Amino acid sequence: MEQSTTLEKPVSAHRRRENRLLATLAKDKKAQFGLIVLGLFIFGAIFAPWLAPNDPNEMTLDMMVNISGTHPLGTDDLGRDLLSRILYGTRISLLIGFSTVIIALVVGVSLGITAGYFGGRLDFIIMRYIDLQWAFPNFIIAVYLVAVFGTGLFNIIAAISLAFIDDFARVARSMTLSIREEQYIDAARTLGFSDFRILFGHILPNTMPPIIVQATVSVSYAILGEASLSFLGLGVSADTPTWGLILADGRGFISQAWWLGVFPGLAIMLVVLSINFIGDWLRDALDVRQAM
Amino acid sequence: MFVVATLVFFMLRIVPGDPIAAMLADAGGQEEVAALRAKLGLDQPLVVQYFKWLGNVLQGDFGNSIYGSRQPVSTILLEALPRTMSLAFMGFVIALVIGIPAGIISAMRRNTPTDTAVSLFAFLGLSMPDFWLAILLIIVFAANLQWLPAIGYVPMSDGLWLWFKHLILPSIAVGTAFSAIIARMIRSSLLETLRADYMRTAASKGLSPRALMMDHALPNAMIPVITVIGIAFALLISGAVVVENVFAIKGLGRVLIEGILNRDYPVVQGAVLVVSAFFVFSNMLVDLLYGMIDPRIRLS
Repeated sequence: MEQSTTLEKPVSAHRRRENRLLATLAKDKKAQFGLIVLGLFIFGAIFAPWLAPNDPNEMTLDMMVNISGTHPLGTDDLGRDLLSRILYGTRISLLIGFSTVIIALVVGVSLGITAGYFGGRLDFIIMRYIDLQWAFPNFIIAVYLVAVFGTGLFNIIAAISLAFIDDFARVARSMTLSIREEQYIDAARTLGFSDFRILFGHILPNTMPPIIVQATVSVSYAILGEASLSFLGLGVSADTPTWGLILADGRGFISQAWWLGVFPGLAIMLVVLSINFIGDWLRDALDVRQAM
Repeated sequence: MFVVATLVFFMLRIVPGDPIAAMLADAGGQEEVAALRAKLGLDQPLVVQYFKWLGNVLQGDFGNSIYGSRQPVSTILLEALPRTMSLAFMGFVIALVIGIPAGIISAMRRNTPTDTAVSLFAFLGLSMPDFWLAILLIIVFAANLQWLPAIGYVPMSDGLWLWFKHLILPSIAVGTAFSAIIARMIRSSLLETLRADYMRTAASKGLSPRALMMDHALPNAMIPVITVIGIAFALLISGAVVVENVFAIKGLGRVLIEGILNRDYPVVQGAVLVVSAFFVFSNMLVDLLYGMIDPRIRLS
């Protein structure tokens, strides 16, 4: 009897969390909007080659054509179809948004839980580095790293991931410090579990709620960061359509062709807004208290 | 600051690509390249270059730009700094002017359409890329209505109004995201404060709702807002870097980006150092301010 209740407890706690997510989602219109819009963009990114009316880089003589049947969002100064370019741009934005956060999460959380769990000199060394990075705005770090590495897809991903590591390390460390004192960790130690098993089997899963929330916020910042970098000419490359680059290219023509200044930015805003809505819902549903 | 300076120097030296080769792309033979290298001190060992540079930086000498006019970097930075500071300061003012009233109103009219509207505005403000907002502002207020200038910067000495006029659109672009954060922060912290016991005590003393709000709730609700001001500087500086490039304001951000695109090491080093110093000092200032406003922190 005793044994079965202890075995069942974590399962039911897990299920309770799932139910809570669904229950809050049913009431949260903003989160529903966010999930649907983000889903549409992911769909558009995957199926871009089939959905796009034109090749995104194909130049035609239809220069700066207003919204029409053949060009649903108009064309730019080189006669390239804006909808096709935005659709392909979605691929880069989402790829960078998600991949950078996954990398930063894995590296940052590993550093954070290691520092928090072992303490001592290891903690000191890791945290001095994290503090140093913390002293700078993420975007400035990313700009500087692009200056060092150079532009290009891989370098942009590296620069943005590195810039976010400190955020994850700090959240993971502070969670670990409080979890470390819990009785079940003492129990695991008494049972002779290895540090590795305690860290990844017991501490890591319990640090997850605030880290999931942090990750959601970071995806939106990563997408904004990538757009800003490519807008400044520090992006993937001059011939890969990204949202920031499309805006930068169209900037000189906005008085004749307003659509060049409006639609790429609208795409960025819709994706980031959706992710922020989702992040807000997760924060409430997972009961995470945080300053931002 | 010292660690940062060192990092900034060495990191840039690993950049692939030779600025000399870029400068003399078609003109130079081997000899000219070597001569220019010697002139700019790029032929010496890295460590020698580093200590020379560090010694000079401590005296306020950042070297000369190795691109275009070859002006001293300190001159370029001194010219750029007031522009960025004006922009960041005005952005901050705009954020407070929009954010504080918006937060108070939505807390007082909780769960009304006004509250929903403020919260939607806050979400949009957080999600809109600042450079896109800048472009939209130019389309509407400069290109179509022609109320305000689209680009450029005028120093304060040429007239306060002229200075202000050129800064309105860029500051809105820079300040909006932070105004959204302030509004959300004030709303949630006010709602929490209004539930506190001392608020009930004050209300039972017969204080008017206005006095309750202004004398009791607001000062306490402001405290968490001050903690996010550190975030504000990060946002304002990052925002200024991008927005300066839209409005062709030659501030630190534009100098930095042009330096990167031109592989102009001394300029990039100087700009990164000054941006970092600016950020570190403003955060120190906030810490001091924090202690002044909340006596509990000073005591501990």
